[in-house]
Amino acid sequence: MGVFILKRLLAGVGLAYVVVTGMYFFLQFTGIDPARGALGLYASAEQVATKRMQLGLDRSAWTQYWEWFSHAIRGDLGTSFSSASSVSELMFSRFPVTLSLALGALVVAAFFGILLGTLAAIKPGIFDRFLQVVMVFGFALPNFWVAIILALTLAVGLRWFPATGYVQFGTDAAGWLQSITLPVVAIAIGSIASIAQQLRNSIIKVNSQDYVRTLRSRGLSQGTILFTHVLRNAAPPALTMLSLQFIAALSGAAIVERVFGLQGLGAVAINASAESDLPVIMGLLLFTVVTVVLVNLLIDILYGALNPKSRIS
Amino acid sequence: MTIPTTDDDGPVIDEIAPVTDELAPVNKRNRRRLKTFLRNPLGVAAAVLLLIIVLSAVFAPLVAPYDPIRLRLVDQLKPISWEHWLGTDTQGRDVFSRLVYGGRVSLQAGLIMIVTAVVVGVPTGLLSGYYSKWFDSVASWIANLLMSLPQILILIVVISSLGSGLAPTMITLGVLASPDLFRLTRGVVIGVRDELFIDAARVSGLSDARIIFRHVFAVVMGPVLVLVSFIFGLAIIAQAGLEFLGFGDPARPSWGNMLSEAFASIYKAPHLVYAPGAMIGITVMCLVLVSAAVADTLGVPRVVARKPRKATTTDAVAATTEAQSATEGQSATEAQSATEPSILTKNTLTSSTAEKDAAVGDLLTVHGLSVSYSDQQRSETTVVQDVSLTVNRGEALGLVGESGSGKSQTSFGILGLLPPEALLSASTITVNGVNLIGASEKTLQGLRGTSMAYVPQEPMSNLDPSFTIGSQLIKPMRRKLGITKSEAHSKAIALLERVGIPDPARTMASYPHELSGGMAQRVLIAGAVSCDPELLIADEPTTALDVTVQAEVLELLRELQKERNMGMILVTHNLGVVADICDRVAVMQTGRIVETGSTAEIFANPQHPYTQMLLGSTLDDVPARSDRDGVKP
Repeated sequence: MGVFILKRLLAGVGLAYVVVTGMYFFLQFTGIDPARGALGLYASAEQVATKRMQLGLDRSAWTQYWEWFSHAIRGDLGTSFSSASSVSELMFSRFPVTLSLALGALVVAAFFGILLGTLAAIKPGIFDRFLQVVMVFGFALPNFWVAIILALTLAVGLRWFPATGYVQFGTDAAGWLQSITLPVVAIAIGSIASIAQQLRNSIIKVNSQDYVRTLRSRGLSQGTILFTHVLRNAAPPALTMLSLQFIAALSGAAIVERVFGLQGLGAVAINASAESDLPVIMGLLLFTVVTVVLVNLLIDILYGALNPKSRIS
Repeated sequence: MTIPTTDDDGPVIDEIAPVTDELAPVNKRNRRRLKTFLRNPLGVAAAVLLLIIVLSAVFAPLVAPYDPIRLRLVDQLKPISWEHWLGTDTQGRDVFSRLVYGGRVSLQAGLIMIVTAVVVGVPTGLLSGYYSKWFDSVASWIANLLMSLPQILILIVVISSLGSGLAPTMITLGVLASPDLFRLTRGVVIGVRDELFIDAARVSGLSDARIIFRHVFAVVMGPVLVLVSFIFGLAIIAQAGLEFLGFGDPARPSWGNMLSEAFASIYKAPHLVYAPGAMIGITVMCLVLVSAAVADTLGVPRVVARKPRKATTTDAVAATTEAQSATEGQSATEAQSATEPSILTKNTLTSSTAEKDAAVGDLLTVHGLSVSYSDQQRSETTVVQDVSLTVNRGEALGLVGESGSGKSQTSFGILGLLPPEALLSASTITVNGVNLIGASEKTLQGLRGTSMAYVPQEPMSNLDPSFTIGSQLIKPMRRKLGITKSEAHSKAIALLERVGIPDPARTMASYPHELSGGMAQRVLIAGAVSCDPELLIADEPTTALDVTVQAEVLELLRELQKERNMGMILVTHNLGVVADICDRVAVMQTGRIVETGSTAEIFANPQHPYTQMLLGSTLDDVPARSDRDGVKP
């Protein structure tokens, strides 16, 4: 198991490195102009040239990359070109918001997805139909629109939840839960059906395996077989779907944040992009990719725990 | 948002339409497909609606009653009326006209994303699946990489340097969606690659490129079409999302842009968010429904949940309760035997055995057991017909016949373990005095393991790969015998020792894939006898094993049967095995028992020509043909 985790970890680090480096050079070679971005449209050419010198942008792309990279692996993500504040501090203050939303959505989607997928597999008919409807609606309705409708009805209309703002978990746990409930629901709705569908298919597949029949021949109840044997063997493909849904939830969070006025990474990303703020964009990229790698690693470990064969090979 | 595909690792392969379908005359095929499509009312309605949306976007200047960007502050926030079908927005612009023009942006966005995804994903998938060498490894790695990137972030990076125009953003999204098409194409191609017709084409001297284009492309088209309509939906939603975040041209009317503006004045005019959101939702829903209808038409697995299986069947034994169905089965037998003269001899033999067996076995009695399957076309296939047999305590019955003669189906019928789509009927099934006709699943469950047990044919696929041998042995014992975990553990060790496993403690901690086939079969035998069953049904227990191990396993079964005084049904196609172990023999052919009697009788004086043939092929000390070929029933 140790070797297995180490291998997955190394693969994840490799992925993060390739993505971050690739994106750095993509930005450099497609002509991003952070000096102009920081100064705005009306700055004169001389002002921009001076700014370029100040920011060190007149050096070669390789030199700049090396400087950024060598600092980044030591945890120093540099300072924002436009606001001169520390990128790491910016990330650490904003990241918890986005992460709460994405992880919350993952938990909600997994819970309802597993419930619906299992029901649809063992009781085809009504639940299968229901899953189909959830699938169509979950896919077709944009999450930010669902978010607006939820905010209009449950927050503005019924006042059950706050319409805007984020409460830190440390300050008020109940308030935190209330502040993220609506955005989490809006993000999760699209994922429930995907997870349910995947689980339903793999349960049906496992159910037709010989060993399930043999377990029945031993006199074990259908319930015992479903909950201990079938679900465990059906879980790995559903876990893969779960990790894809987490990646989708990160994107979803960035959009839905705007509806509820939450100051997460979405807002940071929009500003950084408008101002061509290279260090902030790179910081965002690194943070997100590392999060994806960590969540995937967690899912891989679960995968290994469920499937003894993958641990060995 | 990810495209919700039904596959996990490309099982599309075994579900694609039969290849022969592609060879049917094109005209006839298309007409048939159109007919199938028209039979789906939801799909047709969605297609018509989608066509209206697309056409009104294309001919927007003709359809829209107003200029979508004309500002008239005097007209602001007009309610729904004849002049303004959907009212006006905060700047006095006609909402309906803006919706119509907005469709153009969505249409363009969809087209760019689809073209990019197809151009990037399909050819690479074709090459990757067909050649599957280094190209496949590299392409698959890149596909996985693209799938692990959060879209929004990559878009932010692209927008930072290339701007937020429709082309750069939608091309990026197209590239990010291409892995779905890549994986789909690759999966289908791998499935088709090894099929015979490709080999034939290769032999006939066609170049590789032409093989790919002609054959594989024809098969890939359908699933790609289904996925493309999903990508269209993704494009519409993603484009609107970007506009909502403020990336886009505020002067150009689009659904996302309308939503964004409506959101900005949400406290002043909340109703304005409904129309553009509904428009996006309806359009994407139409795409999903059309995609499902197209999938059904082409016989491709859908991307959304498929229709539930028709509940034509009930649980195996319960379905047969009514004596009516049993009589029906019998009359069917008679009718059939009357039309086929060759069955005459068989029929007399069957009735004579039935009389003999009417004496009732003291452990198992089966009368008139039939098993059939009906497919979607409602045609029934009967695999077991009017089978009657008995087993006494301490007696071993050999159920003999070649592959497909219904031996295993008979066994599963008795155990109540037929798949849900099977239909079973019988006039009597009693095990140990308990009537199984109409018995609930709970009753059957109570009998399984203790009254009747089962040893499967294929050892490796009959052990749960995710659990240790120990836990798979201990759990049923604790449930059925009500003993503690440590009692069950020591009992399991003793059992493993009894079945000849050299290091029981180590085997207990092993996973099935760490065992050899012979060991696994011994474990399964140990499991079957662990709760002291009175009837053991062994379904070709040695077929999957090495010849050297076969004899040992049979010997083990015989010993266990004698020492525990179990009744046993040994399903086999090998009469040599029967001669060794069984007291009586029942010979099955095409779902019926054609001859039954004591082992000595049958071997000395076989009546039925089929039995004579079986004996002829085994008495020369040569394993039966199907035995050597490893054919499963």
